[in-house]
Amino acid sequence: MSTTSLEGPPAYGAEPRPDPGPAPLAPLEFLRWTWRQLTSMRTALILLFLLALAAVPGSVVPQESVDPLRVIQWKDQHSTLTPIYENLGLFSVYESTWFSAVYILLMISLVGCILPRTKVYWKAMRARPPRLPRNLARLPAHRTFSTDAAPEDVLDRAGRALRGYRQDTTTDDAGGSVSAEKGYLREAGNLLFHVSVVIVLVGFAFGSLLGFKGGVIVVTGGSFGNNLAQYDDFDPGALFSPKQLKPFFFTVKDFDVTFIKEGRETGMAHKFSAGLDYQASPDQPTEHTRISVNHPLKVDGTNVYLIGHGYAPVVTVRDAAGKKVFSGPVIFLPEDSTFRSFGVIKVPEGTPKQLGFEGEFYPTYAFTMETGPFTAFPEDKNPALSMAVYAGDLGLDSGVPQSIYALDKEKLTKITDDAGKPVRVDLQLGNTVTLPDQLGSITFDRVDKFVKLQISHNPGGWIALSGVVLALIGLLGSLFIRPRRIWVSVRRQDGRTLVEVAGLDRSAGGDLAGEIDELAQQLEEKA
Amino acid sequence: MNHDQFGQLSNWSIVLAAVFYFAAFITHLAEWAAGRTVPADSEGALLGAGEALTAESGASVPVQVTAADRGAERGADDADDVEARVARLSAIGFRLTVVAAALHLIAVVSRGLAADPVRVPWGNMYEFAMTATLVVTIGYLALFKKYALTWLSPIVTGFVLVVLMVDVLILYDPVVELRDALQSPWLIIHVISAIIATGAFTLGGMASALYLIKDRWLRKHEGELPTRGYLARVPSLLQLDRFAYRTHAFAFPVWTFAALITGPIWAQAAWGRYWGWDPKEVWAFITWVVYAAYLHARATAGWKGKAAAIVALIGLATLWFNFVGINFFFGNGSQHSYA
Ligand code: HEM
Repeated sequence: MSTTSLEGPPAYGAEPRPDPGPAPLAPLEFLRWTWRQLTSMRTALILLFLLALAAVPGSVVPQESVDPLRVIQWKDQHSTLTPIYENLGLFSVYESTWFSAVYILLMISLVGCILPRTKVYWKAMRARPPRLPRNLARLPAHRTFSTDAAPEDVLDRAGRALRGYRQDTTTDDAGGSVSAEKGYLREAGNLLFHVSVVIVLVGFAFGSLLGFKGGVIVVTGGSFGNNLAQYDDFDPGALFSPKQLKPFFFTVKDFDVTFIKEGRETGMAHKFSAGLDYQASPDQPTEHTRISVNHPLKVDGTNVYLIGHGYAPVVTVRDAAGKKVFSGPVIFLPEDSTFRSFGVIKVPEGTPKQLGFEGEFYPTYAFTMETGPFTAFPEDKNPALSMAVYAGDLGLDSGVPQSIYALDKEKLTKITDDAGKPVRVDLQLGNTVTLPDQLGSITFDRVDKFVKLQISHNPGGWIALSGVVLALIGLLGSLFIRPRRIWVSVRRQDGRTLVEVAGLDRSAGGDLAGEIDELAQQLEEKA
Repeated sequence: MNHDQFGQLSNWSIVLAAVFYFAAFITHLAEWAAGRTVPADSEGALLGAGEALTAESGASVPVQVTAADRGAERGADDADDVEARVARLSAIGFRLTVVAAALHLIAVVSRGLAADPVRVPWGNMYEFAMTATLVVTIGYLALFKKYALTWLSPIVTGFVLVVLMVDVLILYDPVVELRDALQSPWLIIHVISAIIATGAFTLGGMASALYLIKDRWLRKHEGELPTRGYLARVPSLLQLDRFAYRTHAFAFPVWTFAALITGPIWAQAAWGRYWGWDPKEVWAFITWVVYAAYLHARATAGWKGKAAAIVALIGLATLWFNFVGINFFFGNGSQHSYA
């Protein structure tokens, strides 16, 4: 057996064309050559690898569309890398030109592959089973026996045994043959699969053109009205218009969380939910609901999800005379699962210079010489703040929008004590610390909680999802339907009937030996 | 029994299961040791198709015949004795593995019953690894007869043993309730399909790895067949490739279902987006693409055989990386960082 292929000839469409060879120079020829290169199996394979590789950086570098706050933190910590990464689009890999280039090429290759294969398949669908090969013995599965039965009887029986196959029977003086083929749907399944991949992408595109996704952090007691200005981050599709935002409104009444107290998952937040009072539109009555991780608020085609939470210590800053210049909850973003949180307080007016505080919030403050300050548990059992103090110009008037989670330290100086050491204010709940240089004082009044909500509208989701379901159906057909051809040849020889049975499994993992044995046995037994 | 007792039962069964896996592993090693001295196959079933495979993958080495079909007729006399011993040890090892699998199953089920309220036992890495290895064993036992998997026995038992040891010693976690994000009916479907696919891909990867090892041996020995030792009992390249393909072809649609259908549906219910390029999702996607490439490679000239086997192993590496690596390296960066 010296076939060059592992499994006999490939199924209908696979490798329909020979290697295109070197590039020709004539423009038209060159175009045709390029097209053939692009739509070859090898190019598809390489593009698949490129796609896998191109997806990797998005799992390493924080992504704008996944967690914009982490992107900001990351940029703060990596000042040299940030501009380089920005130029490469590494903070939004999946919208970057190079990532798009790979999958667009893959899609072109895919369409260029589907069309000719559909044509080939269309013809194959209506073709008759191939005629008896000249030398059946060369096929991978092959059996021969002789019998006393008449050739017509054997052929007749073969016809019945091969029910479900498309058959052609020919007879002549010396005997006859049956050619049979089945499993035509495999290629249909394969084509359906590849078409569905395109459908999924269309669904994706549809969603990202018309949908939106936004995030907002709301402190308990606070409220949210659905308009652009209220979002902390907003990721609209290219064809989105703000008019699409439904005019709902809600207030976060309360937030409940329990933390696991034992086991390796100690400290993991567990069972959290927020109580919301909402109105679907201003003229609707107020209703109450609780949202939790798998149970969003669905209002007017838009969903509100609870995706995170944290602490918002409430502080009051007074000037040297004791007049209140700032008071309210300040959002501190959790830095890890212990809920050690980082935040800044900006006091733009009321004191001689603008003030900025930057530091950590510890829900259950603890300290050892080795570790320094840390939080022993994520619950707010012994809350404490520890912050550095800056004075000067917060840069709020520069016109450049500022993050509320970072200080612009360009025109700020760190406050130091008489010995020249930077001042840190360390506050337990209820404490007040007086700042040096007549800058006033700061009080830690209370701890509030905040919830991180995601609000989204996903119009194309179901298209993509149906695409994947169709893809799966096609895939099952493609992988498990085994296209096969079987031939039975019957010849009268020296007074006996010589029967040859042979088959060809055209699927990728196929082996027909068992079936051929069985068929031969059937024909032999009954003969 | 109350929940705590089920927890105890689970802990004891898993340890006992590991003991039986260990016994099975040792038995299979003894089986190979016993078979070492005797040619695996005196006659050698001529399959010949291995030739095409190596030639396809670009080797100029003429591989004449590749065969170690243990089912084929063998030479008579003294070899018979050894063969009988080998067969006996193989059967013992198989039965030990069946017992181990039964204990393993008890451990998984009682782990679920140990939680209050009763839940599916796939809430954390410990439980995930425990269930995935069970799938590997069950897959191996189920296919043992059909594919004459004696050659896979030491690898499967050894692998499951090592993973269970790591699982029990390092990843162990007392029973707790499911985290909020996991409390959804989609979880059950999503995670069990991911686990089944992981088990099947792992089994397929073992065959692909053996393919590469055997292929290398054949190249080094200019196509001469191994007559002694383990490799002689590993089936032909053609059969290895076919077994690998069948397991992958089973696993791939299951993975598609897990990663690209139930995963997004669950994510939509939990986080408000079908697909968010969270690190776990990114790597599930990478795995999917690499395995799609594997299926392509098997149908592409110049990629059949060796290259396809390498692609399959890359796929397996990305799969495991997603399970182990993401949790340790990316930690809280992923919304999925529990399992
Ligand atoms: C988005 C990219 C693609 C993905 C995810 C993909 C995925 C797959 C998968 C999973 C299979 C296995 C099904 C089977 O073996 O029957 C397959 C088979 C196949 N693909 Fe693709 N494919 C892609 C693009 C392409 C392109 C661009 C071509 C054309 C060059 C192509 C041609 C084929 C062919 C001919 C088969 C059948 C192979 C066989 O007979 O086993 N695919 N594809």
